[in-house]
Amino acid sequence: MAETNAHTHIQNKPAIDHANPLARTLHAKLDYDQLTNCMRCGFCLPACPTFRETGVEPESPRGRIALMKAVADGLMDPDQAFQDQMNHCLGCRACEPVCPADVKYGQLIEQARDAIEDHAEHSAPVSGLRKLIFKGVFPHRSRLRLLGKSIAFYQKSGLRSLARGSGVMKLLPKSVREMERILPDASGQGVIERLGTVYPAKGEPIARVALFRGCVMDVLFAETNVNTVKLLSEAGFEVVIPREQACCGALHAHAGEMEQARDLARRNLEAFKDAGISYIVSNAGGCGALLVEYDHLLSEDPAYREPAREFSDRVIDVSRLLVERGRLPSFADEEANAANPVTITYQDSCHLRNVMRSSDAPRQLMKQVANVTFTEMCEADRCCGSAGIYNITQPEMAGQVLEHKMENARDTQARYLLTSNPGCLLQMKLGVEKHGNGSPMEVKHVVDFLYERIAGGGTSGKP
Amino acid sequence: MLDATLTMKLRQIVGEKHFRDDKEARVAHSYDGTPMLQSLPDGVIYPGSTDEVSAIMKALSEYGVPVVSRGSGSNLCGGTVPVEGGVVMVMHRMNRLLEVDLENLTATVQPGMITAAFTAHVEALGLFYPPDPSSMKISTIGGNIAECSGGLRGLKYGTTKDYVIGLEAVLASGEVIRTGGKLMKDVAGYDLTKLLVGSEGTLAVITEATLKLVPPPASKKTMLAMFKDLYGAARTVSRIIEMRIIPATLEFMDNPTIRVVDDFAKLGLPLDMEAILLIEQDGDPETVERDIERIREICEAEKADRIDVAETREQAEKLLTARRSAFTALARLRPTTILEDATVPRSRIADMVLRINDIAQKYGVSIATFGHAGDGNLHPTATTDARDKEEIHRVEQAFEEIFEAAIELGGTITGEHGVGLVKAPFLEWKVGPAGIAVMRGIKQVFDPQNLLNPGKMFAKETRKRVVIDRG
Repeated sequence: MAETNAHTHIQNKPAIDHANPLARTLHAKLDYDQLTNCMRCGFCLPACPTFRETGVEPESPRGRIALMKAVADGLMDPDQAFQDQMNHCLGCRACEPVCPADVKYGQLIEQARDAIEDHAEHSAPVSGLRKLIFKGVFPHRSRLRLLGKSIAFYQKSGLRSLARGSGVMKLLPKSVREMERILPDASGQGVIERLGTVYPAKGEPIARVALFRGCVMDVLFAETNVNTVKLLSEAGFEVVIPREQACCGALHAHAGEMEQARDLARRNLEAFKDAGISYIVSNAGGCGALLVEYDHLLSEDPAYREPAREFSDRVIDVSRLLVERGRLPSFADEEANAANPVTITYQDSCHLRNVMRSSDAPRQLMKQVANVTFTEMCEADRCCGSAGIYNITQPEMAGQVLEHKMENARDTQARYLLTSNPGCLLQMKLGVEKHGNGSPMEVKHVVDFLYERIAGGGTSGKP
Repeated sequence: MLDATLTMKLRQIVGEKHFRDDKEARVAHSYDGTPMLQSLPDGVIYPGSTDEVSAIMKALSEYGVPVVSRGSGSNLCGGTVPVEGGVVMVMHRMNRLLEVDLENLTATVQPGMITAAFTAHVEALGLFYPPDPSSMKISTIGGNIAECSGGLRGLKYGTTKDYVIGLEAVLASGEVIRTGGKLMKDVAGYDLTKLLVGSEGTLAVITEATLKLVPPPASKKTMLAMFKDLYGAARTVSRIIEMRIIPATLEFMDNPTIRVVDDFAKLGLPLDMEAILLIEQDGDPETVERDIERIREICEAEKADRIDVAETREQAEKLLTARRSAFTALARLRPTTILEDATVPRSRIADMVLRINDIAQKYGVSIATFGHAGDGNLHPTATTDARDKEEIHRVEQAFEEIFEAAIELGGTITGEHGVGLVKAPFLEWKVGPAGIAVMRGIKQVFDPQNLLNPGKMFAKETRKRVVIDRG
């Protein structure tokens, strides 16, 4: 390469004695090889939802990586703007499949958030809430169940009507109020309580598989878990549901609570260790994406490195397993749905698409259903703005993204909008509620739609 | 640091939101797509109209502050790295398609529009804008004009310069000039339109462009010819041209490139071939059929090992995708990828490929070569690691010798990436001292204070042509 000024040559990871404590942590935690691998070609820019909304470079993956590298190189301090920018990323990882250099952006953003979280001085209420949620609720099965029961009680006892009527809801932030409105009916009864821990295959078993039931999934979407098990059974799989399994840890990892995410991962490795299964089936793109990266998450842990790799190798999304190995003739039954022809469309789960790299399988399944017209939604592969708890922490950007999403959804004129992840599902429901203009569009999980369309299925999924 | 009064003025011109001088904005505009270059600007401005650009330039020239205008910052010559600080002017907000004139077959567009979006729009109207740089999904029309971007279709359809027929641009003084127009003929004075195309932001800030559109070809056919002999492939390129066939696309990939692209795009390319030619012809169906058949005969005569003609459009697209991802796929081999664009008369392609291989071997560096063989434009691409200073030094030596070889074969140091920062020391090799003097004179007239993209195009000193060990 030609002559350039000496000061413009990029140095090796400099052994800088950062005065700023956060800079020191970032310097230690960021993978410098990955930072170097970004060659700044800019191919990620058009894929990035926050860049598309704002049009400014720091809001792009290339920009965020440059900022991380600038901190590691001692070129800038990790000020508040830097921290905000790291949290502004949706974490949808749409930049990864389009990155020719294969930069692990998702890992970098998690490392950055992990470091930021190490030094975070949350206000007392926020800190308490984080502790309650990340440490107090999600890791504990019984407490989650209890939360489910409490929400169910709130929803069914009249307390909800009271709360809504009394004006007390107005005290909550708008984003939380909106969420409360669209929250599905919670249940204190999870999939194990309803189906037990082993569910037989219909006909000759193809394989024995385990359901990863999730935490939010099993409280707010317990019926989807039940339908997943029954659908797998219909397709010829024997399903086990290990009782000791924990939350996957994705919310923790995305929020910078890496140690807790690792603890949960270890618990899950133990829970599935002796299940004697060929696959670990996920029906939530967000969970599945972390499960397939347990190998990376625990790569520094000698005792768990190898088991984590084996675990990750076996993780598969329910759609993909059904398409690649299952027997599923029954929802192609002409008679079953003849009375009820509908148009459907699909919103990709970013983590299912960009991390688990499964975008064809759900579409193939949907297209197989008799009397159903599948209409592809424009930019279905773009993040809906849900992104874990992003729509609560960054309501403005999430709202902007959602509004564009709903314009595209409306254009499909679909009766059902299907998704593969609980966060996306809630976000889409919020979208229909806010921007649907009274549209009859219903939002469902792909599994629920498929199970209902099975000849003889439908209502039998109800407990 | 910018003067506080100037900062205030700039904020007044574009609004609070559209001028930034915080660290985040400065860091995020300190680089472009070129490896190993970084330099912080003092501020970043996002103008929304020609009037704003003009007012900005008046303010900057009053204070003598340099400006680098840019689109997406995807160029490969260090063309938009603000090496002398000052203000980076990002044109993204000026991204509207102003008009498609269906009677004159022209489009008028603001510079910040993404090229792929523009192409999609005109194609939906049944028209065709041929320039297709590999970065088109991200690069802007303005950036393409500033760099005179090429692409895969340069051979038959020409490059950006052949489609820009009118410009609006703001001079360093803030004055606005208009050149050309919706005119297929115009000899009123010097051709300032062509002068501004490829001027790399050193003469003016382009604020609007009128582009020529053409009818799209009726049909297309794509084929791959695979060679176990590298020189056979290179000779095939020369033979096709010699036989007076001008394909729409005639691309070349060598073995290291094939391997990486296949790993990236999973296309099932044959990995034991030394070279692949990707050939596309378009036009009316009869001509396309006849040309493809004649090309097949030439390939056979040059002992192609396998020849595949894509049966479906889908298959063809896949093959084109393979070639488009070559540059970036190479980045997977090593952390740093340095891609050059030495160009020779197309009859000398075989000689050039040979020379590149010899030079790479001489310096013990890894260079994969692909490119637009049909127009003599090769992309020798070094895969290396910026942190290994000793190896980078050898890579630099190898590229110097590659530039020298290109010039010896009657070629040029850059075919489509531009001079920018990285090739400035070699420009004199191509244009000579008198050529440099004329260019400097032009620069002086347009930009007497040297505020527009300073440090680019003209080096402080020219590299000596004899390659010696520089220690």
